[in-house]
This record gives sequence, structure tokens and C-alpha cells, in this order.
Amino acid sequence: MNGLEAFLVTVIPAATPLLLAAVGELVVERAGVLNLGVEGMMATGAVCAFVVAHISGNPWLGVLAGALAGALISTPFAALTQKLAANQVATGLALALFGLGVAGLIGEAYVGQPGVRLPALNIPVLSALPFLGPVLFSHDVLVYASFVFTALVSWFLFRTRAGLMLRAVGVNHDAAHALGHPVVRIRVFAILFGGALAGLAGAHLSLAYTPQWVENMTAGRGWIALALVVFATWRPWRVLAGAYLFGTVWILGLHLQAAGIGLPSQLLSALPYLATVVALVIISRNRVLTLTNTPASLGKPFVPER
Amino acid sequence: MIVLEKRAEPSRLWAFLAPVVAIAAAGLTGAVLFALLGRDPLLAMWTYFIEPLTSAWSLEELAVKATPLALIGAGLALAYRANVWNIGAEGQLVMGAIAGSAIPILLPEWNDPLALFVMLALGLAGGAAWAAIPAFLKVRFNVNEILSSLMLVYVAQLFLDWLVRGPWRDPMGFNFPKSVSFTDWHVLPAISGRVHLGALLALLAVAGLWLLLRRARMGFALKVMGSAPRAGLFGGFSMAQACWISFLISGALAGLAGICEVSGSIGQLQPSISPGYGFTAIIVAFLGRLSPVGALFAALLLALTYLGGEAAQLALGLSAKVTQAFQGMLLFFVLAADVLVHYRLRLQRREAKS
Repeated sequence: MNGLEAFLVTVIPAATPLLLAAVGELVVERAGVLNLGVEGMMATGAVCAFVVAHISGNPWLGVLAGALAGALISTPFAALTQKLAANQVATGLALALFGLGVAGLIGEAYVGQPGVRLPALNIPVLSALPFLGPVLFSHDVLVYASFVFTALVSWFLFRTRAGLMLRAVGVNHDAAHALGHPVVRIRVFAILFGGALAGLAGAHLSLAYTPQWVENMTAGRGWIALALVVFATWRPWRVLAGAYLFGTVWILGLHLQAAGIGLPSQLLSALPYLATVVALVIISRNRVLTLTNTPASLGKPFVPER
Repeated sequence: MIVLEKRAEPSRLWAFLAPVVAIAAAGLTGAVLFALLGRDPLLAMWTYFIEPLTSAWSLEELAVKATPLALIGAGLALAYRANVWNIGAEGQLVMGAIAGSAIPILLPEWNDPLALFVMLALGLAGGAAWAAIPAFLKVRFNVNEILSSLMLVYVAQLFLDWLVRGPWRDPMGFNFPKSVSFTDWHVLPAISGRVHLGALLALLAVAGLWLLLRRARMGFALKVMGSAPRAGLFGGFSMAQACWISFLISGALAGLAGICEVSGSIGQLQPSISPGYGFTAIIVAFLGRLSPVGALFAALLLALTYLGGEAAQLALGLSAKVTQAFQGMLLFFVLAADVLVHYRLRLQRREAKS
């Protein structure tokens, strides 16, 4: 395995949690809801996936538990913002803090316990290819799932009637409501989907990326996923590109640390966060680009007129 | 089913009652959870919320923990009023602590009452400078301040980690990642026991912000830009101004909290100097209904949850991690109760489908 191959093999697992969480959040934001709680949902998904896999010995059950836990913990956010018209920014922050708290509580007894690794699924024939095989076709199921979800979400949003309805709700909830679309129901489903994908992202962290539970192991990935959605101007395939860009930055820092170049390791660890800020500057300074792409009802509470 | 009906004006009665309802609901939920875990809920509640108030030692500890929460929470209340979402107070706290600690670490020989003043001023400046970054990016490049301010928390923490393991490590400290211990001249004087001068500064800050919001044109501008930005623009106020003021004030107070914590409580720099005060202060701001005085009371309650968590760990063998989950849950209830201020809840039969 040469250097480039080794590098690429590590980029993909690093990009996967970012991609899963960001694609989920993209659907939520396309429906006009800003859920800032991704970090909390991801942490809860990670710990529940780890614990269930650890107890049952079955990583697949862990994956399922991660998705369910992510969706479950997003329900208070859904109830507050959709039924009670609570401020989405504040409620999302509450979800982030609550999720991290719950994850720390559940996981306390499992710190340092051996994890169960999600096995790699070598795709027949293709995984035997030189270079491409190990880089692209010898990963765990969540890596493939992240691509499938990106494609599905892109198809759903832009090629189906239900997707059009969801986008309409995100652009103008009053008009969508007047047309008879169930605004609140669509948004609740979007929120639960976003929660489930954030949970899967967490499951990838605690079952594949580093099969263990450490407090704060999400390390800001949920927030970076939120930034990715903005960076990708709310488009699924651009989210994928962004996730791989950030995955590369993340891994670059680790590889440079291992290579022992003269820079302090903390500076290299700070790279993903600094890169996120830079990416936001690059995309946000073009106001036309962000204004025309931001779902117009994003973050606004909806109370139906009767 | 229950429907919301917008009130013509926010209810004054509910504005006062909502936080109380939220605290009661969170407490009740906590008790039910304890019961489900097989603990005596009354004993757990007593240990968590009442026992820490029964000894002089823990009352002092309450004031010590409430000090940074009140300082940061009051500043965040002001920013959130203006619809400016500074959620990176934890990073501003760290940078304030670093800036202020430069004096005892780089100039340990400067033994003079003035040194302490300079430390506090540097703390304010360090927090404000770190908060100026998201403010600048927002005003100049329209960058979402929620994400930029939060990213900078990680950067600040890593910077502190580098300092205490590298250039600022105590050379006589057996390689522990800690700075030198501050000398008496660089430690905030105590008021009573562990309570240090920071508590007084927090009271002053709360009073100052209260005056600013109540009496000053600047405070009025912030409130208008938060609640009716268009009217504010016609009134000659600007978004950029509101953003700068909110970030600089809330950042400076977070920085002050940081240097007070290091100089008054810890006595040296170390990799971790806050159990997440900057994030808990977000809850403080909302529980205090975005008013500085409200934040003061809310800070006491959230300080109590830290103490209660420790007490419950000792007495009941419960994890101290209960605290953070409980704090998050409390914020959910605060936001849910806030609905009562702006809406009337009406029971209504499901409408027939047309």
C-alpha cells in the first residue's frame, strides 16, 4: 500500500460521519427548520450504538440503535419547535447540550470498554482491483450508506412530488399551508430523519472510526456538518464534496502529526475548525449565492392561521 | 387538540411565572426519572436541590460557581436580546483567562496592586478580542456567527492546551501541564472563604447591563434591533453596530469570568479551567428571560445543579454527569414554558376535514 493509497483509505472513514450528518441536516433545513442540535444527536447515537453493540456483541444492532437514538432524542426539538412554535436556535442549542449530557451519562460506565467493530464489506470483484479496491470498495456498510443516502436525498428532493412539497414548505410555509400541505407533519418527519442520520453518523464514529466510547468523541463534527450544509448551498452532491474536503483536512492534520513535522500538534488539531471558518467566509461573502439558496422560511416559526 | 392563539401582547404574569413553571416541571421530571432508576425521588431531590443550601461551606461554593455563570449569562442575555447569537462564550472565557494570566506567568516579579487591575483588564480585552472575530466575520462577510463563534471555542481550548504544555509550563512542575502558581499579588482577594472579588464584579456587571438596557440609548438600540430590525434601521440604528456591541460586551464579560476563575479559584493555568460555564451560561440567559437581573438568579440555580450533582454523587452514588443532562432538559422546559407568555393555549375539537 503506497502513501497516497493509505491516505485515501483513511479519508473516507473520516468524511463519512460528516456526510451522513450533513445530508440529514440538509433535509431538515430544506424543510425550513434549523436544527442546531446535530452535535448532541450524534453523540447520543454514538453512545447508544456502542452500548447496544457492546452488550449484544452485534454491531448491526448497534447501527440500528444509533439511528433510533438519534431520531428519538430529536423528538423534544420537534415537539417544541413544531407544536409550540419555540425559537429554533434556542431549542437546537438545548438539544445539543441535552444530547451531549445524556450521552455522557449513558456512556460513563462504558469508557475504556472494548468496542465491537463494524466489519468491512468487501464488494466482490471490485475490492480485488488494485488501488481502487482498497480505497473505494473495502469499507463498512455505513460508508456505502452515506453515498446511497446522498443519492436518495438528491433524487427525493428534486425528482419526486413529496420532495417538491418538502422544499415548498421550506421556501414559504404559509403558501404551502394554504395549498393544503401538512407543514408541521412534513417538518416533523424531516427532523426525525435528520436525527436518525446524525445518529448513524455517531454510530460510524463509535463502531467503525474508533470502536470505543470516549466522552466528547464527536469533537465538533456535528457543528462542522451544520457548516457543511451552508458551504454546500443546500445541495446534496455539494455536501458530499464538502464532506470529503473536510475529511481530508481532518486526516491531513493527523498525518502531519504522525510525520512529526515541527508544528505543534494542537495547531494541527485545530485545522478542521479553522478550515470550517475559512470555508464559511468563502461561501458567505458572496451574498447573492447564499441569499438565493437559503430556504426562505429557514428558522422561522410556523403557527397556522385558522 | 391544543391550538396556539397569539396574545395581543406578551403576558406579564406569565413572563414572571414561566421560569418557575419550567423549573418545577424539570424538577418533577427529574424526580420521576430518579424513581424509575429505583431511587427514593424525595431523597434524591433533597440531596440535589436542598442539601447544598444547608451549610456555609456549600453556600460559598454556590457563590463561587454562580460568579462566572452570572457574568457570562448576563452578557449573553444582552446579545440574544439583539438577536446576535454568540454561543462561543466558552472560548472567550478561555482567551480572557490566557490574556490575564500573561502577567503572573511572564512578569511574576511584578508585585503591586496594579498588577491585578491589569490582569482583569487583560481578561476583559482577551475575551472581547476573541469575540471580535465572529463579529467581524458577520459584519464584513455575512458569516453565520453561531458556527464561527463555536468553532473558535475548540481553537481557544487547543491554544490553552499548547500554552500549558509548551511555553507556559512551570519549569519546576515535574512536567505536569500546568503553569506556575500565581503569587498572592496575582490572586483575587477573598470576600468570604472561597468567595472572591469576582462575585462583586458579577453583581456590578449585572447592574451595569441592567442600566444599559433600561436607560441608555445603546441598550434601546440593541433591543429594537432584536425585536424589530426594520424599525431599528429606520430609527438610524444598524445591524453591524448591534452585532459589534453585543459580541464585544458579552465576550469581554466571558473573558472577565475566565480570568476571575483562574486568578480567584484555581490559582494557575491548566488545560481545563471551566466545566463548560460558557455553555451553561446559555441556559442561564434563557432561564433569566434574557434580562441581566434574571440571569443573576438563574446563575444561582444553575450553580446549584453543579453542587447538587456532586452531592448526589457522594451521597447516592449517582453520576455527576446527571448535571449536564438535567441542565439541557431544563432549557427545553424553559423554552416550552415561554410559549405561555406569547400564546394562549386553547383546547379545540379537531376540525372536520373539508
